[in-house]
Amino acid sequence: MPSSRFDRLGLAAFGVLGLLAMFALPVVLETFTLLELTVYVIMSILALSLAFIWGFGGILCFGQAAFFGIGAYTYAIASLNFGESTGAVLLAVAVPALFALALGSFMFYARISDVYLGVITLTVSLILFNLVNSTAGDQYRIGSAPLGGFNGIPSIPTLNVPFMPGSPLDPTQIFQVCVAALMLVYFGLRALLASHFGHVVVGIRENERRAELLGYDTRRFKLGAFVVGGAIAGLAGCLFANWGAFVSPTVFGLAQSAQIIIWIIVGGLGTLIGPIVGCFLIQWLTAWLGALNVINSNLVLGAVLVVFVLMVPKGLVPTLADLATRRARRAAAAPQRGVAGPTQAGSGRVGGLDGIAEEVVK
Amino acid sequence: MSGSTYLLETRDLGITFGGVRAVQGVNFTLAEGELRCLIGPNGAGKSTFFKLLTGQLQPSQGEVRVRGRSIAGLQSHEIARLGIGIKTQVPNVFNGLSVRENVWLSASRVAPRGRVESAVDEVLDRLQLGSVRDRIVGELAHGQRQWVELGLVLATGPELILLDEPAAGMSDEEVERTAALIRSINERCALIVVEHDMEFIRMIAKTVTVFNRGEVLMEDSCEAVLRDERVRDVYLGRQLHADLAGSSA
Repeated sequence: MPSSRFDRLGLAAFGVLGLLAMFALPVVLETFTLLELTVYVIMSILALSLAFIWGFGGILCFGQAAFFGIGAYTYAIASLNFGESTGAVLLAVAVPALFALALGSFMFYARISDVYLGVITLTVSLILFNLVNSTAGDQYRIGSAPLGGFNGIPSIPTLNVPFMPGSPLDPTQIFQVCVAALMLVYFGLRALLASHFGHVVVGIRENERRAELLGYDTRRFKLGAFVVGGAIAGLAGCLFANWGAFVSPTVFGLAQSAQIIIWIIVGGLGTLIGPIVGCFLIQWLTAWLGALNVINSNLVLGAVLVVFVLMVPKGLVPTLADLATRRARRAAAAPQRGVAGPTQAGSGRVGGLDGIAEEVVK
Repeated sequence: MSGSTYLLETRDLGITFGGVRAVQGVNFTLAEGELRCLIGPNGAGKSTFFKLLTGQLQPSQGEVRVRGRSIAGLQSHEIARLGIGIKTQVPNVFNGLSVRENVWLSASRVAPRGRVESAVDEVLDRLQLGSVRDRIVGELAHGQRQWVELGLVLATGPELILLDEPAAGMSDEEVERTAALIRSINERCALIVVEHDMEFIRMIAKTVTVFNRGEVLMEDSCEAVLRDERVRDVYLGRQLHADLAGSSA
């Protein structure tokens, strides 16, 4: 289906902003700030992984951190064994995707209901946390990489120029790679949502029974979306392990999974740009509150979540888009007052087939 | 007549919920291109029968055959791919999407890539939904949403359509339009229509099957069924009693 003019404008704006960030920010920002921004970008990729499967596929996965953690550990173990990052990055995407395929096959083909799906994914994540946490002994190693248990794995080789282990990337280049990965994931998801597969996934979110009665095997489509989400979370995990050159079992933790959900609720479910905004905002707020050292940041985050759920239930981006649409409509209606027009598609809704055209404010 | 000559056939079909037999021992046949009406009081098992035909429920006894092939164990989507479409009693549509997006999702399952848009336009024109093509379906009136659901079913090009109360909640004008549409759909495919509106049934039906307490009470021409005392007792009589009770209250 053809995309709207707003849609194309939004895509172009995201592309320009991304390129600006990649090349201008390293010039104007200090290395410390750039490092901080790098982790924001990585977490945005993680946010997009759940934004896709929850916001568009209607699958609320409470354990998205499982794929993030598997990606991080796979990268750490593989890069320590290979001595270079290219194969490790590929594995860090492939292994969580395969794990999502196995877990998703069990859940979707067994027709597990949404509530139990949330419980199962959360439980799997916590099992992985406990499993990795209890591998502290020296006997727990894969190849030359010790798992480290609760101490984690330190001194992970950082990204290098593909197939050139002697040419590691510096923090600026790693920032640029992370921004490029975010753009790739964002545009990739937009393309996926514009495809027939994406349309069906959105249709299943709207009414799974109807999709089945039209002849779609909804289990297959949901599984496909789940695997894509797992692969993206794995990529984020890989970049995260590379960013700090360290990974510990906390990547599988409850806090990690909960954070992703908060980013999406704050930014706006059913959009892709919303969770990125939510992620940046919450991460910045957490860092700022931590630096102030006056009030517990978790208390403030909890309050923010409550305020959003009660007062801005759609999240920031859809609410701002609604306001902009209403204002534009009022301006258009002003000269021809008294003529009531029909409500147009896209009014206040999110995650439609044409995509997501509601991301007009970006 | 051998079973394989029927488009649809059920043999001793039944389903039990707890101790309740919602459908029991139903032997039903439908020929290619036939238009059949199902009537019966509320709770007679008509909608449950439709759910058994579309794989939304698995029977406790008996079987359903499509062109002689048993569909036991098939999932809903596999049965839909055999060419069976259903319009449910309560509009079962993609409420958050536009009318065009709804029909597009349906048409794109069957039409070649380059033909999807024209297939969508064709269905929208046929159902006179062009003026609301960009409206969100959830914002439409009940009657219009019924038309959208019918559009979804038509866009898959089915060979058998199950219509559960297609005229419910429609104005007189819409009811006449629906009857005309059903007759025109019947030129290309078979239909089973569940309906309570006797005038509507007269407009479309040749043969009527009466359900009562999960069983087939009788099957005959429309006029014969409406004259039958048993049918008047279980269905029309009950309606009359209800009307009298309503007016005395």
